[in-house]
Amino acid sequence: MPGPGMVMYEEEFHQISQILEKLVKDANSKVVFLVDKNGQLIAAHGETENLDTTSLASLTAGNIAATGGLAKLLGEKEFSILFHEGEKDNLHITIVGMRVILVVIFDNRSSLGLVRLRVKKASEELAAIFDRLMKKAEAEASGGGGASPFAEITDDDIDNLFSE
Amino acid sequence: MSFINYSSREINCKIVYYGPGLCGKTTNLQYIYDKTNPTAKGKMISLATETERTLFFDFLPLSLGEIRGFKTRFHLYTVPGQVFYDASRKLILKGVDGVIFVADSQVERMEANIESVENLRQNLTEHGYDLDKIPYVVQYNKRDMPNAAPLDELKKLINPTNVPDFEAVAVTGEGVFDTLKAVAKLVLQELRKGR
Repeated sequence: MPGPGMVMYEEEFHQISQILEKLVKDANSKVVFLVDKNGQLIAAHGETENLDTTSLASLTAGNIAATGGLAKLLGEKEFSILFHEGEKDNLHITIVGMRVILVVIFDNRSSLGLVRLRVKKASEELAAIFDRLMKKAEAEASGGGGASPFAEITDDDIDNLFSE
Repeated sequence: MSFINYSSREINCKIVYYGPGLCGKTTNLQYIYDKTNPTAKGKMISLATETERTLFFDFLPLSLGEIRGFKTRFHLYTVPGQVFYDASRKLILKGVDGVIFVADSQVERMEANIESVENLRQNLTEHGYDLDKIPYVVQYNKRDMPNAAPLDELKKLINPTNVPDFEAVAVTGEGVFDTLKAVAKLVLQELRKGR
């Protein structure tokens, strides 16, 4: 089986949130979000009130997966930057540390050049955090079964979810 | 691969509906979407062709409630069933936590069913998964069709390993939630083992 799924801890989540928040400002962007390659939203910042971030996350991952498929067919490892230009809003998508996807939504208050510049810096910081996160999760997983909060789940707990 | 977030206290799991073209994968998702409380579901997304055949995937996020203080979220995906969409199908299996195989009960679709199960097994292997080890259930759909094959025969051909299986008529919703619950349960049990 492939390695364990992603685990996010309080400490790293805060660090990630701070980087994303800073990126929203530094890049003059509307929204910044981070998605697992499997389509799970990790964090989002900026004008997210009217955005369906869950759907965005799933479609972004689908987009990256399809682009990755194209890359393979062409003999590339991956296309690490994608840019979608719209009439008002633009999407800048990058793969961070081979594992997560960083998405920036911006309009004409910013520019592609600025976004690229700021994303580059943020990506390096994020990659370092995810490296630490993976090591931490691996260490906890190998430290015995007690680490999983779900080891205690009973069949009743599971049945209760479906009781309605 | 589930995603456990201690910060927001959420568990996210990915479930994929697999099966041959026109077996009723999207219909399963549509029924779940129609019958779920609006607070428990997100928007359903269908990337389909003009003739409503699934082109890339359908996606439906569902919340099932809390378990030990953690919100459980299930992300349901379907794959395109037609044989020539194999590259897309493979991509969607990435990071899957549980699989539902939807079989078309009609006698003339038996070969397509068998081919699709084999394709599922192979595509999972390429991602490093083993169909015999991951949470997996089978649904025999279209039981109301006059040309539906006998259940015994379906079981023998499609479910030789005897995983949990269900009869269904997805258009009326019969068996749809039973199938989903069964796989969700297996996924949570797997989570308990800590993989």
